[in-house]
Amino acid sequence: MAGLIGTKIGMTSIFGEGGAIIPCTVIQAGPCVVTQKKSKDKDGYDAIQLGYGDKKEKNTTKPMKNHFEKSGGAPKAKLVEFKGMDNLNVGDVVTSEILAEGEKVNIVGTSKGKGFQGVVKRHNFSGVGGQTHGQHNRLRAPGSLGACSTPARVMKGMKMGGRMGTDRVKEQNMKIVKVLNDENLIIVKGSIPGHNGAYVIIEKKK
Amino acid sequence: MEKVKELTKKLTVEKQIPDFKAGDNINVHYKIIEGTKERIQVFRGDVIERKGTGATQTFTVRKISNGVGVERIFPLLSPNIDKIEVNKIGKVRRAKIFYIRELKGKASRIKELVKSTK
Repeated sequence: MAGLIGTKIGMTSIFGEGGAIIPCTVIQAGPCVVTQKKSKDKDGYDAIQLGYGDKKEKNTTKPMKNHFEKSGGAPKAKLVEFKGMDNLNVGDVVTSEILAEGEKVNIVGTSKGKGFQGVVKRHNFSGVGGQTHGQHNRLRAPGSLGACSTPARVMKGMKMGGRMGTDRVKEQNMKIVKVLNDENLIIVKGSIPGHNGAYVIIEKKK
Repeated sequence: MEKVKELTKKLTVEKQIPDFKAGDNINVHYKIIEGTKERIQVFRGDVIERKGTGATQTFTVRKISNGVGVERIFPLLSPNIDKIEVNKIGKVRRAKIFYIRELKGKASRIKELVKSTK
């Protein structure tokens, strides 16, 4: 999938056609540098590796420093592989110019961490129905976990409470409302996963 | 977020808006599109709150229509707002006067602010 790396900047709203308010998210899209080109002969598949964001040189390991030197640039904080961009060479810069207004893209991010959550929030259980039939302190309880002496254990993968969030989430078919090429900013309609300042991957659709 | 505010300001058309606050009585002239025709309707009522900052500010106007309370929320910089007229400046002590919803009849009136001429 062709695309580029960016950062979520924040949400706002702008006026669309007919004065309607469009809720939208501002994303810094690039500039990304091609840091490596993978080929079928050498690596078994065709792809390019894009680097985005600055990283301090003292926090970069020696092997990675050498890797970044090949593309002639400073160390990059985030590296992602993309397919279908084989016309690019190492050292090339990818900017928001590959995106167009009105285009639909997929946006991949890491969702916000929610901590330890119960089944009602984590798995959309409905909880225990009412306050009647002797129920008084189990409104958000998971209910039965399974049968009794056969199998005498809880099945693997049973939906229970636990850590929620910080998952890789792909938001599909996000419409690009505006592209500002001079600042490499794009504005998409709707919300995207993650907190402000988080890295996101903008995937072009075929 | 500073960048977002700047950007929103850049993308929004600036307008001349009179000064008004909660408690003021205003006329909002807003455009309605019916099919292909466009006409202007006036919504007259008391401002009960102003919310938000920068280009995404909104305000709420409340009026009593046929004995029923009606509230409308307008984006301050909406291109559909033709103009805003301030009829009366109210004398209220709060920035948000939601308590007016519970009041009826004489009690729900808002005193007009009379500036001394001294």
